[in-house]
Amino acid sequence: MSDISAPQSASWMSRNKLAIAPWLFLVPALLFFAVYVVMPIFESIWLSFYEWNGLYRADGTSTATWVGFDNYVKLWDDPKFWTSLKNNVLWLVLYMLAVPAGLGIALFLNQKTPGMRIYKSLFFFPFVISQVVVGLIFGWFYNPDFGVVGQVFKALYCEETVNLVGNVTFKCSGTVPDILSNPEVATYGIIAAGLWPQIAYCMILYLTGLNNVASDQIEAGRLDGAKGWRMLWFVVLPQLRPATFIAVVVTVIGALRSFDMIAIMTQGGPFGSTNVLAYYMFETAISEYGERYGYGSAIATVLFLIMLVYISYFLWRMYQDEKGGR
Amino acid sequence: MFPRPIQSAGRTATFAYQAFLPVALLIWLLPLLAIFLTSIRGAADINSGNVFGWPSEFQMASNYVAVFTQSEAATYMLNSVLITVPTVIISVALACLAGYALAIYRFRVAVPLFFLFVAGNFIPFQILMVPVRDMSVQTGLYDTIAGQFLFHAAFQTGFCTLFMRNFIKALPFDLIESARIEGVKEWKIFWYVVLPLVRPAIAALAVLIFTFVWNDFFWANVLTQGETAKPITAGVRALNGQFVNNWHLVSAASLLAAIPPVFMFFLMQRHFIAGLTLGAVK
Repeated sequence: MSDISAPQSASWMSRNKLAIAPWLFLVPALLFFAVYVVMPIFESIWLSFYEWNGLYRADGTSTATWVGFDNYVKLWDDPKFWTSLKNNVLWLVLYMLAVPAGLGIALFLNQKTPGMRIYKSLFFFPFVISQVVVGLIFGWFYNPDFGVVGQVFKALYCEETVNLVGNVTFKCSGTVPDILSNPEVATYGIIAAGLWPQIAYCMILYLTGLNNVASDQIEAGRLDGAKGWRMLWFVVLPQLRPATFIAVVVTVIGALRSFDMIAIMTQGGPFGSTNVLAYYMFETAISEYGERYGYGSAIATVLFLIMLVYISYFLWRMYQDEKGGR
Repeated sequence: MFPRPIQSAGRTATFAYQAFLPVALLIWLLPLLAIFLTSIRGAADINSGNVFGWPSEFQMASNYVAVFTQSEAATYMLNSVLITVPTVIISVALACLAGYALAIYRFRVAVPLFFLFVAGNFIPFQILMVPVRDMSVQTGLYDTIAGQFLFHAAFQTGFCTLFMRNFIKALPFDLIESARIEGVKEWKIFWYVVLPLVRPAIAALAVLIFTFVWNDFFWANVLTQGETAKPITAGVRALNGQFVNNWHLVSAASLLAAIPPVFMFFLMQRHFIAGLTLGAVK
């Protein structure tokens, strides 16, 4: 009896608790996320149609003026924008090398010998370190006077002579390469530095993946005479697809987010040759010549739209998985 | 297992493999090793270009002490801790709640909301930069510790929610169902049934978010100006300008900045890796 009468006497709250409860759990996170992430995206896009130096009048109104598509027209005619975009493409393409390289190292390390766990984690080291530190390390590594590249070059191509007074001079059969000061190669130098932690990341994804490769399928493949590359391609890689997917996603995002290394190693130079959209946007929006929030937002919007392609793809894949699941 | 265990290729191969491992590791970590060697050298070695040779004098202690006495490194380190720890606490706490809601309840917008968190996690920082900076200036949060950890917490909530929701979704639903039949209140189910089970996820997220935020450089530049609220990453860059060509000091400072995340990684390695794979590769 009490079971039947209970719902009638229960409050509206408890009758609808399954509909209300999720929102109570969600509100704090949603609020935070809306204020700091969702709204700013739309504000940025909106701002990209304005010209604004970030200042407010005494009465608290913004000094921004509507300019329509002006910022985008300017962007189209801006050679620095195109250099940055070209470099972004370069980053995207070359950064992808991290995926096969990571797989290679993972295959090399996927053994069971004493101390293997320590080796695996030491190989992973570069990813844990801040990109600022990686950038500094490589900046110094490439330094023609103090760095490793300079020393190796001197050892190979230079003769050391000591004159009477005891001063050391070098006679070299060429000038020491100054990678980061040469507009032709500086970007490649930075990408190489960026690959170091990214390869480590892909490696760990593949090591985890390799752990779960079904051994009966490998054995079946061996019975069928598959080995080496054929085994890798036809039996192992298909099983590593989740790992490959994540590796590609994080590498694409890493490539498009590249900012720290450029800020540390070249600040976009020499002559803007190493700029990418992420850095160019920052440099434009907060520059020593005054803030250019509108133009900066236009660059950010372009970068966002490029990223949106990948985000949509990722979400679509996730959606397929969701439908496949429960 | 693939590739075939090296042991099956004979003892010579096994021995060769084990001998080659440290060599490969040495090459892989060469930049790091070189910078460590540099950080314990004296200034004389730097000027004479002694990079790989035996240090002519060992100045490890004095170099590392010099970083702290000649710069604001101690302040930067403390700031990094003060930014990172609250970020971890807030974002993981919010994600536990949100992840629970998105995983357990079936309501129409659950999947779209979930995707919102996922997408937010992948957007370029630049699209947030101007509004977040402007908002921080308006609210007096610019150039403060709180301004940084509030933003980081909000942004990392996206990733944490993605991770937490998938983790909770993989738990046996019967547990919650039977608790409901027993008449347990919803928040009690969350607190007494689910929360104890997601401890591994909390650990993974804590160590991962710690590393992400500790290593942040972009927002440190956007949201701070002076020395008072700068974290160590931005601080190291400032030191780089201050110690021009004093590579032994710059190296020491860089390594100091790298120690906490490295330490965290070794402490909680398994959790760290579980988090990195976004929970997709088990």
